[in-house]
This record gives sequence, C-alpha cells and structure tokens, in this order.
Amino acid sequence: MEGIWMTVAFYLLAATILGSALLVVMLRNIVHSVLWLAVCFVAMAGLFLTLDADFLAAVQVLVYAGAVCIMVVFGIMLIQRGDMGSTNLFNSQTKAAAGVVALVLVVCGYLSATTQWVGTAVAVPEQTVENIADILLSKYVIPFEVAALLLLVALVGAIFLAKEVKADGHND
Amino acid sequence: MVTTISLTHYMVLSALLFGIGLFGVLAKRNAIAVLICIELMLNAVNINLVAISKYITPTLFTGQLFAIFVITVAAAEVGVGLAIIIAIYRNRVSVNLDDFDWLKW
Amino acid sequence: MVEFAMYHAWLVPLLPALAFLAIVFLTRPWPMLSALVAVAGIVGAFVVSAFAAYGVFTNPEFTEKPLVYAVRWFSMPGMQIDVGVQLDPVSAMMIFMVSMVASLIFIYAIGYMKGDPGFSVFFSYVSLFAASMLLLAISSNLLEMFVAWELVGLCSYLLIGFYSHKISAREAAKKAFITCRIADFGLLLGLLSLQIIFGTLNLVELSEKIAHFEQYTTFGVLTLIAVLVFIGPIGKSGQFPLHVWLPDAMEGPTPVSALIHAATMVVAGVYLVARTMFLFHEVPGAMELVAITGGFTALFAATIAVTQREIKRILAYSTVSQIGYMMLALGVGSMTASLFHMWTHAFFKALMFLGAGSVLHALHHKADVWEMGGLIKKMPITGWTFVIGGLAIAGIPPFAGFWSKDEILAVTLDSGHYVLFVMAAFTAFLTAFYMWRLIFLTFFGEENPENHPHESPPVMTLPLIGLAILSAVGGLVGTPWAPLWSEWIFYGHPHHAEPNYWVMIGSIVLAAAGIYLAYQLYCADKTKARAKALAERYNHIYTILYNKYYIDEIYLWFNHTIIDGAARLFYLFDIYVVDGIIVNGLGALTCLFGEGLRVSNTGRLQNYALVFFLGVLAVVVLLAFTGPSSASLTVGGVK
Repeated sequence: MEGIWMTVAFYLLAATILGSALLVVMLRNIVHSVLWLAVCFVAMAGLFLTLDADFLAAVQVLVYAGAVCIMVVFGIMLIQRGDMGSTNLFNSQTKAAAGVVALVLVVCGYLSATTQWVGTAVAVPEQTVENIADILLSKYVIPFEVAALLLLVALVGAIFLAKEVKADGHND
Repeated sequence: MVTTISLTHYMVLSALLFGIGLFGVLAKRNAIAVLICIELMLNAVNINLVAISKYITPTLFTGQLFAIFVITVAAAEVGVGLAIIIAIYRNRVSVNLDDFDWLKW
Repeated sequence: MVEFAMYHAWLVPLLPALAFLAIVFLTRPWPMLSALVAVAGIVGAFVVSAFAAYGVFTNPEFTEKPLVYAVRWFSMPGMQIDVGVQLDPVSAMMIFMVSMVASLIFIYAIGYMKGDPGFSVFFSYVSLFAASMLLLAISSNLLEMFVAWELVGLCSYLLIGFYSHKISAREAAKKAFITCRIADFGLLLGLLSLQIIFGTLNLVELSEKIAHFEQYTTFGVLTLIAVLVFIGPIGKSGQFPLHVWLPDAMEGPTPVSALIHAATMVVAGVYLVARTMFLFHEVPGAMELVAITGGFTALFAATIAVTQREIKRILAYSTVSQIGYMMLALGVGSMTASLFHMWTHAFFKALMFLGAGSVLHALHHKADVWEMGGLIKKMPITGWTFVIGGLAIAGIPPFAGFWSKDEILAVTLDSGHYVLFVMAAFTAFLTAFYMWRLIFLTFFGEENPENHPHESPPVMTLPLIGLAILSAVGGLVGTPWAPLWSEWIFYGHPHHAEPNYWVMIGSIVLAAAGIYLAYQLYCADKTKARAKALAERYNHIYTILYNKYYIDEIYLWFNHTIIDGAARLFYLFDIYVVDGIIVNGLGALTCLFGEGLRVSNTGRLQNYALVFFLGVLAVVVLLAFTGPSSASLTVGGVK
C-alpha cells in the first residue's frame, strides 16, 4: 500500500470517519447514532492499518466495534421507552457549544500548522504484535497490571451500580 | 504535495473528530449520547497517538501501546458509565441531562 | 520619734487609706465607729507628719537636699518608675497643713453630718481623699503624683455628688469631673513629654537634668512642656478659663467644700507648679503665663463674688480669687510668698466654709445672704470666728492673711509687674468689700423673723475655734521682721523682700476702705436702699457680674452649637457615608455580585463542562503562546 493508493485510502477513510461521526451527533434516534458509531469505529480500524498498526486495528474492531457498541445498545435497551425518534436531541446551549468547538478547532489547527515535526524515514517494523508484547510485559508491565486491576474494579463497580433495587426499597 | 499523506493530515483529522465529539458532549441531551461522544473524542486521541508513533518514533511502539491502554480505559469507562446511567434512570426515570441540576452548592 | 516619723513618712497617706478600707469593709454598718476610725486615721497621719515636719525644719540639710526613699514600682526598657517619698520643707509643710486642717474638718463633720443616711460612706470618701491628697504631697515621682492627682479628682467627684438624689449635685459632680479631665489631659501630655525627653519622672533627677538642658531657641520644647503641665493646675485649681466647676462644686456637703474645694485639693495645682518650679524657672514665658493667669483670675473672680447671693458661692469665688493670688506669686518667681498664702488661706478659708456650714446647719440650708441677718446674737461662736476669718482674708494685721497677701503684693511690685500689682491691689480691696458684705448681711443688721437659728454643738464649734486661732496667729511665722518662713521654703536661694512699708500701709488702707464701704452699704444703712440703688444704676454691669460673665452660658453655647453641630455633621457622615456607602454599599455590592453569579450556578453538568473547556483552552493558549518554547514548538524525534 504505497503511493497514490495510500492517499486515496486515507481520504476515503477520513471521509467515512468524519461523516459517520457527524451522523452520530446529528441523528435524532439514539439507536441510529450507535449504529453509525460502529461504522466510525470500523473505519478507524482501517485508518490504523494505514498507520502500520495492524494489531491495534484488530483490537479496535474487537473492543470498540464489537464490545462497546453492543454494550451501549444493551444500555439503551434497558433504559429507553416510548418514541425512539426523538431520543437524541440537542440541549439549550448548542450555540455556545458550537462556539467553544470552533475555538478549539482554531487553536488546534493553528498549532498543527505551525509545529515543525522532526520526522524520520525509518519504517515501522513488520512484527508489531511481538514488539508490543515485548515492551508491554517488560518495561510497561506495571501499567499493564494496573490496567488489569482497573478492569476488575470497573467490572465489579458496574455490577454494583447497575444491580436491581431490593424488594425492601433500599436502592443502595 | 497532496499525494503524500503527512503527520499533519492525521492531526487535522484527529482535531476534527475531537471537535465533533466535544460538540456532542456539550450539546446533546441524552446521557448515553454524551457517553458515545466521549468515545469519539478518545478515538481522536488514539489517531494522534498512533500517527505520531508511526511518523516520529516508529521503532519504539509506545504510541501504539498507549492507544491500547486508552482502549482499555475506554471500555472500563463505558461499562461504569452505563451502570451509572442505569442507576440514575432507576431513581429519576430519565436520562435527560436537562432534568438534572444537582451540581449546585 | 522624729527619726521614726521621717523615715516612715509613707505612713502619712497609708493611715487614712487604711481607715478608708476599714470603713468600707468592716465598720460601715456602725456610723459612729466609722467616724472614729476616720478621725483616728487622719489624726495619726497628723501626728506622724507633725514629727516629720519638725524633723525636716530642725535639720537644715534637708532644705538643701531632700530626703528621698523609694522602691521600684515597675520597670521596662527605657523606663523605670519609682514610687516613694520625698521629704523637704515644701512637702513637709504641705502634709502638716493638710493633715492638720483635715483633722479639724473631720471632727467638725461628725456634727455636721449627724443623722445623714450616708454617714459612714461620707467618712470613707473623705478618708480616701485625705490619703490621696497626702500621697500627692509627699510623692517623689511625677507619675505617682499624677495617680494621686487623679484620685483626688475622683474623690472630689464622689463627694460633690454625695447628695445624689439632687439633680444639681449630680450635674455639678459631672461638671467638675469633666472639666478636670480636660485639664488633666494637658498635664498627662506634659508628663509624657518629660518622660520621653529626660527619661525620668523622679523629681530630684528631673530637676538636675532640666537645669543642664540646653535650649537653643526661645520658644522651645521646655516652653511647650511647661504650658502643658500648667494646664493641669488651671483645671484643678479653678483658674480662668476652667474655673467653672469650682462654684458648682458647692453642691457637696459643706465639710467637703471646706476640705477639698477650699483648703487642700484646689491648691494642689499651686503645689504642683511649686514642685515643678525647676521646670517653670527655666522658661520665662511660662512664668509670665502663670503670673498673668493668676492675676487675671484673682480680679475676675473677685468681681463676680461682689454680686453673688448664696453664701457658699461667694466663698467659692473668693477661693478662686485667692488661688489666683498664689499663682500670681508663683509666676513672679516667689514660691515663698505663694506657699505662704496657701498656708494661711487654708486656715481662714476652711474656717469660713465651716462657719458657713454652721450657719446653713442652723438655718436648714437657706443659703441666700439677703435672707439672713443678726445671726451673731444667736450664734456667737460661729459669728465671731467668722469675723476673725473675715479680718484675715481682708488683710488686717496681725491676722494671717495680711502677712501673706502683703508679701505677694511686695514681690509683685519688686519683680516689676506693675499692671499685675495694680490688679492685685484692687483685688485686695474687692476681697475686703465682698467678704464684709457677706459678714454684715449674715451676722449683723436686723434679724429675719422667719429664721430660728441656734448655735451648733461643740463638736462643730471647737474646730471653728481651733481654725480661728490658726487664722489669727498662723501668719506670724512669716512676718517681715521674723522671716522664719522664707528661710525654710524657697526656690533657689532664700530671699526675703525688705519690709516695704508703703505696700504694707497701702494694703491696710485698701482693706479698711473695702470694709468701710461694705459697712456703709450693708450695715449702717438699715434698708439697704443705697446698695439696691447702686445695683439699679449700674444694672448692666450688675447683671453681667451676677451671671458670672456668662462664662457658663458661653460654654453651653459652644457645646450646643459648635460641638453638637460638629457631632451632627459626623452623625450624618456616619449614616450616609460610613453606613450608607461603605457598610451597606459593600453589602449591596456583594449581593449584586451574588445575584450575578447565582445565574452561573446552574447545577447542570454540561454548563460546567462548557466553561471547563474554555478554561482548558485558555491554559493551552497560554502555554503555547507565552511559554519559553513558544518561538518554535519543536517536537524532537528519536536518534
């Protein structure tokens, strides 16, 4: 994937990501938003491939497009009742939010444009999984273990928070 | 130089995606929609991490590694966030953030 | 015994103070016991001070160098205050005189206050007063003296307001206290300045330091201090313009008037100036001020006394006038003459006040002299002792007042103050006139049929006789031919004016003329028609004099318009500026900000997130554009 194909792939994927993200925000039905979110995540996996991060692309598809989206859909299923056509509306500070976002974009754009990146011509090694595994289990083993603990805590916490209300009225 | 995709291209893409996510966070009513938009913002960050990893430190893989950590944390965050939303919904029968003004005093 | 008394002179103020404590805490329920305790205290003080005075006057070395013993009261960096006793001829004379007069007055008061519900309280107050006054007299330190000075002021306040059921007594007490406080403030400033400049308030050390103090300008710091110190005596001794409290102070019981407001406390001012003579002596300007104040007050008060009707009020103005004499003598540089007059004045003025008290006692507190008359037949002891007092104050030889007044006139003339001399001489004439007007109207002439007078009991008349004897012979210690007094009591060198026979004859003539005029107007003329005609003819002058030159009214006007006006201005300032703008304004501003900020406190998560992101943005911009690496944000790669 070199040269012009690379460029074409980037623009296609970028358009897909931005378009689907916009739809996520703009649609009035929350279920549709989640579906377009899945599209966005898959396109993101493709973008990771253009960046020579094939392991990450796989993780992206597995975790985001798979697990997260399904979980959100389940969440919606547990909560939403009634008219699904207007479940995802804007609030009263939309204009102010747009202003803030515009400011953020201006600042980020300016900084991106003016920053001089000292690049390198070295290519990314082919064995991404081996390399990542190497540093993950050596240099970054403690963050790795902490992340494991975090997931455990999140799991227990989510169960605790989402537990059914007891019959005696205590909703802990 | 349109044909060569540089780091700046990824940066701009990331910034735009971040902006869309931020707009959603600030302007949507539905708590689940806010959660989704936070995921968009985290993905924008991942783009930056991986892109910088490729263009500046290709042999170190720290960028990709951090992206993996971000994904891990995001998954945990979605789980806990959804649990919180469900708990709130049980109490208030609503996920409309306009109904909630508890952050006073 | 003499030795013991001299080295234990602190017993002199201590004994009455103990009497005060004993009455307050132990004997108050038993009036007669209280009176006996008080009399025992003051008589004990008198005995000790008599021996001490004898010791001082028979040992000439104490004239040169005072006997001082003191203990350290408190000490801090740059300031040591001693409290102690200073015995020299001046203080020995003072404690002797005060304790002697006070003893007689205490005895008199047993009769005068008989049956009063506050009998014990009265004796506790006067004991405290005597203790304070004696402490003032023997203090070796100006701060100690100031404490005693304020204590006598307090006692004066308590005793003037003794009949506190009377509004006028309460008002008079307040007036006396406030007037004296105003003056004491000046004195306090003066004492503080002395402490700051000379680092000590001990009288002996101060006199040495001031004698060697170089003053480079004519109007220097010493002048200022002397004037400040003199403000205290102006108030305490009732000198113009702070004399207004003294006549009103006659609201108190008559023994108090005699003890405090005639014989002892009011001369504390004279005594203070005499004690700090080393300061005044260095400043001719301040001496002039003292002399002019004294001379003017003497004449001023004498003219008022001429027209007054109440017996004690006449005596009060007479006191003011006589203290003016003492100040005049101090001002022209003769401490000898001044303290001599203080000595004689204590006897005859106490005598006359006690006599007036005896009269009031007999007439059930009818005070107007025009309603009296012929009392000498019914009250012979009171009447004749009063006449002796009248002769003494008028200056008829050989009674006490003649010698001291003559000496004052002589030294004033010697020092070249001719205007003051004329004023003093005219005052002598007026003194004889108004005092004999009082005597003729009260004791001679026709009896008023409404009065049923009776002579007072012996406990009251015996002190009168004692004081009358003292008034008669007390001046013989200082006659021009046997000048014992001036060998003991002087400042600098003993000096004695040669007998000035012209002045002597002149003052006798003036006194006799005054008495004769009073006789013609108020005794020989049974109907008093000429006196009334004179008052009619010079109606304006009479009215002004009778109303005491409207000084009280001027003060009232000043208070009501100027001070109250200023107070009202400040009140408005307080209401509208302090309370309005500053206090309430700040409150309103806070409320306003609160109202504004309340809008921002929505409690909504997304509002807060919005602002939070603005903040993040601001931080990013700040870091990116003002940080040290803002010129070129370069992110380096790996080698």
